[in-house]
Parts: sequence; C-alpha cells; structure tokens
Amino acid sequence: MKPSKKIFMIAGYNTISMGTGRKEFNPRKERPGLEHYIKEAGEGTIRQIGGGEHVDEGVVGNFMASRFNKQAHLGAFLGMIDPSLRLKPATRVEGACASGGLALVTGIKSALAGSAEVVLALGVEVQNTVKAIYGADILAGAGWFQRRKEGHAYFFPGQFSDRAGVYFEKYGRDKSRKAFARWYRNAVENARLCPTAQEFENKTADLEVLALTEPNPKSFTDHLNVFDCSKVSDGASAIAIVTEEGLNRCGVALKDAVEVVGIGHATDDLTALPADPTRLDTVAHAVKIALESAGITASDLATVETHDCFTIAGILGVEAIGLAPQGKGADFVLDGHTARDGKIPFNTTGGLIGWGHPTGATGVHQAVTIWEQFTGKAGDAQISIPADRPYGLTINMGGDDRTVVAIVYKKTV
Amino acid sequence: MEYTERLSNVSVLGAAGKMGSGILLLSALEVADQMLKPENKDKHFVVNAVDVTSSALPGLMKYIRAQVLKAAEKKTVLLRKLYAGRKDLIENSDIIGAYIEDVMGIIRPGIRIEAAYESTLIFEAVSENAGLKTRLFNQINENNPNKPWFFTNTSSVPIGGLDKEAGLDGRILGFHFYNPPAVQKLVELITTPSNSNGMKEFALQLAKNMRKVVVPSNDIAGFIGNGHFMRDALYGINQATVLSSDMPLHEAIYAINRISQDYLMRPMGIFQLIDYVGVDVVRFIMNVMNPYMADENLHSPLLDQLFEVGVKGGQFADGSQKDGFLKYEKGKPVAVYSPEKGAYIPVSDFANSVDTWLGTLPESVLSWKNLVKAPNKEMLAAKAFSDLKTFQEKGAAMAVQYARHSREIGMKLVSDGVAVTAEDVNTVLLTGFFHAYGPINDFVV
Repeated sequence: MKPSKKIFMIAGYNTISMGTGRKEFNPRKERPGLEHYIKEAGEGTIRQIGGGEHVDEGVVGNFMASRFNKQAHLGAFLGMIDPSLRLKPATRVEGACASGGLALVTGIKSALAGSAEVVLALGVEVQNTVKAIYGADILAGAGWFQRRKEGHAYFFPGQFSDRAGVYFEKYGRDKSRKAFARWYRNAVENARLCPTAQEFENKTADLEVLALTEPNPKSFTDHLNVFDCSKVSDGASAIAIVTEEGLNRCGVALKDAVEVVGIGHATDDLTALPADPTRLDTVAHAVKIALESAGITASDLATVETHDCFTIAGILGVEAIGLAPQGKGADFVLDGHTARDGKIPFNTTGGLIGWGHPTGATGVHQAVTIWEQFTGKAGDAQISIPADRPYGLTINMGGDDRTVVAIVYKKTV
Repeated sequence: MEYTERLSNVSVLGAAGKMGSGILLLSALEVADQMLKPENKDKHFVVNAVDVTSSALPGLMKYIRAQVLKAAEKKTVLLRKLYAGRKDLIENSDIIGAYIEDVMGIIRPGIRIEAAYESTLIFEAVSENAGLKTRLFNQINENNPNKPWFFTNTSSVPIGGLDKEAGLDGRILGFHFYNPPAVQKLVELITTPSNSNGMKEFALQLAKNMRKVVVPSNDIAGFIGNGHFMRDALYGINQATVLSSDMPLHEAIYAINRISQDYLMRPMGIFQLIDYVGVDVVRFIMNVMNPYMADENLHSPLLDQLFEVGVKGGQFADGSQKDGFLKYEKGKPVAVYSPEKGAYIPVSDFANSVDTWLGTLPESVLSWKNLVKAPNKEMLAAKAFSDLKTFQEKGAAMAVQYARHSREIGMKLVSDGVAVTAEDVNTVLLTGFFHAYGPINDFVV
C-alpha cells in the first residue's frame, strides 16, 4: 500500500525489555504488570508531542494478555496513561507476534482515512507471568490449535527447528550453524549499545562459541539451542503516527520525524503448512509490496529491522528481502554484511534476540529503532545513514510466517 | 524377577523424614517412568509411603506433589512423547497435570508397616537405630511371601549385622543417599558377600536411572562418607579444645570453623556442618560407629555436653537451620555457643581479635564458591596450599595441619578397606559434601 498522503512517525519510546539477562529481573519477586508498561510507554510518547490532548485516537497491539495476564480489553487502558486521553477512541488489535505491526498499520489507515491526524500506537506484552514451559502453550496460540497436539513442547522453537533442519539438509549444517552463531553475536553486540535492551548487560566474552553449543533434543529442540531463540520478555513501545497537520499540531520538527513511504501487509492460511520450509513466502510477499509501493529496491535500504524470533528466521528474512539468493543468506551473514559496520546493518539495537521480544510490542519497537536511527537519537547504537540510501525497512511477523507487516521508512532531512 | 517387576511394589519406610521423603520422590519418579512405558500399560505399580507420624503425611504428599511438578516441567519434551496417545492432553499444562496425577496415583501414604507385606523392594530410612531397623526388617520378612529386597539408607550401621540379626539371607544392601536425596548426586552402595549378583546389578541400574553417582563402599561402620566426616569433625572439635588454652572455647570454635571453611575453601566450616547434620545426629552416629572401631575412640565429651543442655542443631521443617554450636540468622552464623557461659556470644564481639590472631590469608586462597566453579580448580587449590605452607601465620599453619589430617583420614579409609580406591574417597567428598578438591591430594604432602 502506497500512502495517499504524507504520513510520519514521531516521538518513539521503548521501556526496558525485561526478563532474564537484566539484573533488575528476579522471577521470584513481584514485578510491574501490563499497566506499568502501557503507562510508561504511552507517557514517553505523549510527553514528546505536547501532551495527550493532541492525540485523536489510540491503537494498542497485544497478542495474549488474555492468557499471560488474564486481561482483555486493552484499548480501554488508554485513559489510564493520561487523563487527557480519556474518552478518545481506542482499539486493541491482534495478529500474534505481528500485533505491534498491526497497531502501526491500523494507525496509518486511520490517518489516511482522515479520521485521525495523530494516532498513538502502542504495543505491549508481559510474558514473565508464567514459566517458559507454560508460556510456550500460550504462544502456540499463534499457530493452528488443531496442530498443537503434534507440536513440540516448545511449540514455536519446534516449528523453526524444523525449518532449520530442512535448511541444514539443503544448504549445509556447518555453515548454517556458524551463521546462526554470527547472527547471535551481532544481536548481542548491538544490544550492548542500547540501555533498554534485554542483553544490554550481557558480558559473555566469546558469543559465537557459546552460540555454537550443540542443540539438545532431549531437553529442547533438534536443531536450535536456546541462543538461537529470542527470550521471554516484558515490555512496551509507543510511537505517534501523524499526518502533516498532526506534525504541526504536535510542534515536532520535520527532522525529528521519519516518513512512511511503503506498506506491505499480508496474511496466509493459518491451517496450511509452509510450501517450502526454507522460505518465508509471506514475508517475501509483504516486503515486495512494501518496497514496490515505496518505489525502491532492497539495494536502496540503509538498514533493516527484521523479525529474528529465531536465528533461522533472521537468515530466511535476509533471503526473503532479496538481499541474498535462497541458501545464500547464511553466507551473507557470515560475510559480515548484516553487522553494524556491514553493507546493510540489521537490527541495530539487538533485534528480537538481543533487544528482546515482548511479542505484542515488537512491531512498534522496530519502528522506534528506525525512527531513532533516522533522527540521530540512537545514542551509542547510532549508525550512519548513507545519503543515497535514506530508506529503512521493518518486518514484523506473526506466527510461522502467517501475518506479516513490512513498512518502508524514509529519512526526512 | 526382572527390573520392572522388582519395582511393581515398593515401600519406603520412614517416608516422611528428611531422607525418606527424597527417597520416596525418587522411587515414585522411577516407578512412574516404568509405568509409562507402552509395554507396561497393563501392569500395576504401587509405592507405599510408610511413616509412623500420621500428622506428617499430608505435608509429605504436598512436598511430593510440588517436586513432581518441578520434575515434570523439566522433562516436558519427553512427557509429550510418552503421552502422545492421549488425545485429550494437548497443552504442556495438560500433560504436566496428567503426569502429576499418575505419579501421585502410585503413592499410598499410610502409618502401618503391613503395607510392606506385599512389596518386592523396601527402602528403609527410619532413624539410625540398629534395633529398630532389625525389628522392622524381621517383621516384614516374616510376613512377606515375595522374599523382598531391603535397601537401607543407614549411614553408619554395618549391613552384615542387620542381615544376620533380621535373618534376611543376604537380601539387604546399603543404598545410602546424601541429604537432600533429590538434589545430591551421590549414592554410597554398600554390598556384602551374601548379596546376589542380580541384586547388585539391580541396585546399580536403579542408581543410574535415578541419575546418581555410585561409589562402592565396604561394609565397615560409617562407610566412606561418615568415615571421613566423623573423624574430621572430631579433629575439629579437638583442635578447638586445644586452642581453648589460648582463648575462650567459643572463640576457638569460631577460629576452627573459619579455618575449616575459609582457609580450606570448603562450602561450610566444620562446626556449621555439624549443626547442619545435627549435633545429636553426629553424636549418635559416633556412638553407633564407636563399638566397631578397634584402635580409636570416636567420642566427644563436648558433643555430650551440648546434647545434654539441648543444643542440637538440625533443621526446622521449612529447611532453615536450628541453632547448634553456632547461632544463625537468615542461614548465616551470627554468634557462637559458649559452653562455659551456657549462652551465645555474638561473633562481632570477638571476630576482629580472633582474625588478627589467625593472621592474614594468602590471596591465592579463594572462596569455596569461586574455587568450585573454576575450570582449573585442582591447580588453584594446589597454589593456595603451596602459599599456605609458606605463610608465617598461625591460621595458615593450622589449616595445613587440618588438611593433612583430612588426607590421613582418607588414606586410612583406603588402607582399612572401607574404600576401594583413593578416587572413591575423593568422589564422596566432592559429590556428597560438595568439596572443591578431594582430601587425598598432593597439596599438603
């Protein structure tokens, strides 16, 4: 979808991605709940746009608060963020781990439809309320429940382990596992530059050696180890989606905004199995639409935030974008092209593996990272954006390549 | 009778005790593993949890349920496969719940010994009283037509004697867990010449399935674990008594406790370990062992003195430490018992002066926590002792003496034939007592 008028994103905010790895995290002690994260992220954004009175509408992206927190009806938390937001329209949207991306798309559509000039888009998930083995049950809701019985105890790691297994067979295990390990290293090294990242304090000396730990099918999956997986996270991210009128209303300078120039939103049959486990077809489709609607190609991108819920998803993402041919994504990563000093830095604040994966928040977090990078607000994680490639891409995936939101952003100044 | 059949009816005697509850848990989990095998689906399995303290049984079952939950959460990947045929169990939580019900369904709590009359295997974890054990074995053996095997958890009573007294014809061996059995990896296996090969093989298989490290010990009172610990404890107590000519006894106890912990890089000092096991239990074990010791006297008047005034150590039901030689706050020693004054004296009153008397520690002496996780701990321990040997401080000299004595105890266990090898002694101290290095080493030679 090509925006029919100018749409910008401004005033991004991320809470800490909380979970194992953060020193504040203690699973035995009571921790902040959904409300805390929603409020912190919401306030973080409205503070930068002159207050909640400038907001016309709110969209909350969330996957499974109904099970993780026994809480539904998240749209109605908007008024809790600030009294100025009470009685404004608000909606909660859900598309598994792409819920955050759906919040962005929904906000963009409202702005395009003319029903809002300023939309507060917020994503949130608080998952550390249950142990990982039960969290796996909850997250499995992103797949077709009729297949849960035959699935792995850790359902989604199991799905992507199967994809990795086929990839190994087709393109070589050794090379692929090395690429996974490099992906992990890049993720953690980037996260160490971002104070809100879950792996910010990771002190492991040799990350690649650690990541090459052999998978243990007895306690986990056949082809992936825990370092191939994003962690369990609590967190929220927020950003404001505005029209030109909205930008003026908020008093935010153009240089502090990114422009949304292309959107690809695709879903595929939840009950169907992937035609080829070594391809992310829905991702490829959504990215194609997003790039085409922006009028650019993958070679015009300065940076990408891709949905690396697992290292294999990161590699397959590289291929789905078209940066490397099928089977060559591993080489692309091993050649250093996705590192922060590479040809096209990926996941510059750590991505899902390094920054964290509070599922419903991830899509919004990706947008916030691009906004930070394109407005010079990324702090120690800042990369330089080449003048001839002023574009960024986010890919937010729900389930096993079933719902995908891809957005192309352009640096404004 | 093959392995699975032997586990078809198990009884745990003293099931509500500290050791018995862990043994019950491990037994029930192993029996459940057998029960869930497809080939055993039509067989019936029972684990009787027998304890005379009726009021302790509800708490026991609660403990077991919580532990089975933990075990299930750790092996859900396997459980999903075992329950693949149950279409009604879909989510991990369903499967974990079903497993808990299945394990709990095997366990029959009760207070009557008659429950063991149909058992094929009997774990005994009652108190360390040879007369009581003999009586129970005898009664079960006379009433049980299955010629059951008796696995006793005794840590000190010779097995041969129990066998003879109870008339078991070699159907008893020592299967000695360490506390807590669910966590500690060590099992001391004490066999006698009367045991059948099948029984010994079964015991090894069972220990392996329970993921235990087995160390064989000969049937000499105290075996390896208590054989070392009791003598080591007695040495510590005697050293404190000697030192009490230089300082009050409570200060000497503090000094020796520090030497045996900080200087020897052990997880706890010797007096804290006595408190952990229980002053009364240590005294009792020495009393059990002493009649079998021809050339030494395993007896401490100081232990008698504390026991008589009711200073017993041990743990509360929630696992927290009771006061013994030391007084504890949140698990940490804060005061030392003064037998002269009959009261606890705060450590802060004398720690500085005793520490000064002991002198400084070489930098190479690490905390136990740091040493035990180091990949090259042998090398680091060797360096620490090499420095302790050359350090001109009282504490360092006493630590070297202490380590030498511990080494001698270990060597004597081998020369007396209690342990087969020096390595076995070291394995017991490393896995059963969490030491960072074995007592039989070259560091202090």
